[in-house]
Amino acid sequence: MAKSTPQTGGTGAWDQLVGLIGRGPGGYVFLSIYTLVTSLLLLLNPRTNLFTDIVFILFLLLILAIYRTKVHVGFKIALGVITLGFVMPYFGTLNPYYIDVATQAGIFATLAMGLNVVVGFAGLLDLGYVAFYAVGAYLWSIFSTPQVGLMISGATPIPSGWFYGFILLGLTVGGVFGVLLGLPVLRLRGDYLAIVTLGFGEVIRVLAVNLDKPLNITNGAQGIKDIERPPLFFADPLRAIFSSFGRQLDNNQLYQIFFYFMVLVVVLITILIVSRLKNSRIGRAWTAIREDETAAIAQGIPLVRMKLMAFAVGASFAGAMGVIFASKQLFINPPTFDLLRSIGILTMVILGGLGNIPGVILGAVLVTLLDLQILPRIAEILRSAQKAGWPIPSAFDPTQYQRLLFGLLMILMMIFRPEGILPEDRRRQELHEEDEEIVEDAAEAEAA
Amino acid sequence: MALLEATNITKIFGGLTAVNDVTLTIEKGSIVSVIGPNGAGKTTFFNILTGIYKPDKGVVLFDGAPTAGLRPDQIAALGMRRTFQNIRLFHNMTVLENALVGMHTHLHAPIWNIILRNRSLRLEEGKARDRSRELLRFVGLDEKRDELAKNLPYGDQRRLEIARALAGDPKLILLDEPTAGMNPNETVEATNLIRRLRDELGVTVVLIEHDMRLVMAISERISVLDYGTKIAEGDGAVIRANPRVIEAYLGKGAAGNPA
Repeated sequence: MAKSTPQTGGTGAWDQLVGLIGRGPGGYVFLSIYTLVTSLLLLLNPRTNLFTDIVFILFLLLILAIYRTKVHVGFKIALGVITLGFVMPYFGTLNPYYIDVATQAGIFATLAMGLNVVVGFAGLLDLGYVAFYAVGAYLWSIFSTPQVGLMISGATPIPSGWFYGFILLGLTVGGVFGVLLGLPVLRLRGDYLAIVTLGFGEVIRVLAVNLDKPLNITNGAQGIKDIERPPLFFADPLRAIFSSFGRQLDNNQLYQIFFYFMVLVVVLITILIVSRLKNSRIGRAWTAIREDETAAIAQGIPLVRMKLMAFAVGASFAGAMGVIFASKQLFINPPTFDLLRSIGILTMVILGGLGNIPGVILGAVLVTLLDLQILPRIAEILRSAQKAGWPIPSAFDPTQYQRLLFGLLMILMMIFRPEGILPEDRRRQELHEEDEEIVEDAAEAEAA
Repeated sequence: MALLEATNITKIFGGLTAVNDVTLTIEKGSIVSVIGPNGAGKTTFFNILTGIYKPDKGVVLFDGAPTAGLRPDQIAALGMRRTFQNIRLFHNMTVLENALVGMHTHLHAPIWNIILRNRSLRLEEGKARDRSRELLRFVGLDEKRDELAKNLPYGDQRRLEIARALAGDPKLILLDEPTAGMNPNETVEATNLIRRLRDELGVTVVLIEHDMRLVMAISERISVLDYGTKIAEGDGAVIRANPRVIEAYLGKGAAGNPA
């Protein structure tokens, strides 16, 4: 949305840092030490406290470091598997709080990537995105619990094994709702579009509140509880693996790791799909529409179809994630899907870097960390300082000021870095992949 | 054979008749200019041909088929492409991507092929890139293919707009003031490029232009609009000698006493 975004702003600082470490072996050594230190600190000190918070954040930022540093792709993948595939779940068995944060971050990363298709790629401001998430979540909640019996008399809950089918169903239903939203707003742009989508999001939430009579579909404001979890695959081998490391896991711990991996897989699939779409005729058409609708039409791009497709694709990720979220949470109610949540996801997209997939993921992780970890921790520290007799007025309740701090951070961010943390830098389009390095080298030589 | 036949086109905005009963026939393989003073209705006429405006009266036949009821993108897909008076590139896309967007109507990979990135998709994308680069080479921009469109100098932006239009493999290309704001050197280059569009690629060209030297140099036929009405038509010599044209450009009385 920022009109004049510097092109290479995002990469500068990091490249300088890597430049200091040195090319070639420097990157490998740096990443290895980084991984080793943060992993060990986490595994040796799994208690929930400020120190672990900081290490945990550094550990998550390691993924970004792996992504940005110039090392062999195989090395990157190996480090990724070690950190996200082994260290994180093992740490999760020691401290369930942090792996839950990581799982939530993954859920929001997927949502942010989906919203990014609509807002970042196609330039259609959507303030009601959480509606699709709600649709997916209610879909599984209703059909996996006795709630379905209240809706259709005599119907019994669907066996939990259907969960995976419902992820695909959530994907489809999300997409259909995306088209439903898209149809009335096709002629609208900018502010008008934002207001209609905002209304749509509220309509879905209010429906969730009120569809408990005459026919009880959503159970109203009370929400739906005891949502079914999928049957555990690999429960016994997983237990065996962990017990060989001396960890005996109960069912809840297993589910936590199970959902963590499921979300991780969905995030990876989402990255794959979204980045492939971006560099295809469809993604280019979306960007063209964002840049100049009139010129896009003149190239033969069917505006209606491409916009609807953007809404559908974006919404389908939310629909699928909604199913997983409901099942992980075991309980959902309408306030989970309020306007603030939509705005929160939009914040992730804009803060991270509108249009840029790694940026959007980073935005999602950072905002989730801020929300779940950093801000509550600051409030807690302030409170204990208050108790210890620091001159903080007793009327001041730090927990009440979390959102204020959040807002302040956003304002500062938009003033000093309106293009987001990792802005979209248009990558070189290469005819052949093997040319890539040559051109890159040439460009570097030119820059030097 | 006529590639484009616009018959009795009239367009009224409120009380203003922007285009009044204009008939224009464009032969396949020709270069035709539409000229006229500012506000004569030239761009409106282009917008009617490309389907952005619906004419209040009249019929447009493109390649023998009426375009009434078709959306602008459908008309573009039939092979009628245009450039804009005020350049409308996709500024934050690279030069190559701009050309690739121009190829949109020629790419048909379904979404699952894109997601799977299978052989047929890679083949299609590879061909699209080859073709785009060929066209960028044609207009002399291949070296700059990785630059953002907004960072190109003015003349290059004009050329990129032409390359983007060519990427759709058009039968007819409508150029709306392709040399506006260019210096004499750039205008000569642009003139050559326009001629090559027809001579080397076989594209029929219609241009709106103010630069009379360019118009006289390359058009085989010239139509003159004034206040929405076609006041003259013919080759360069005919137009130059037409008193109504001189009057439209220089004012009443100018035609009578050549200085």
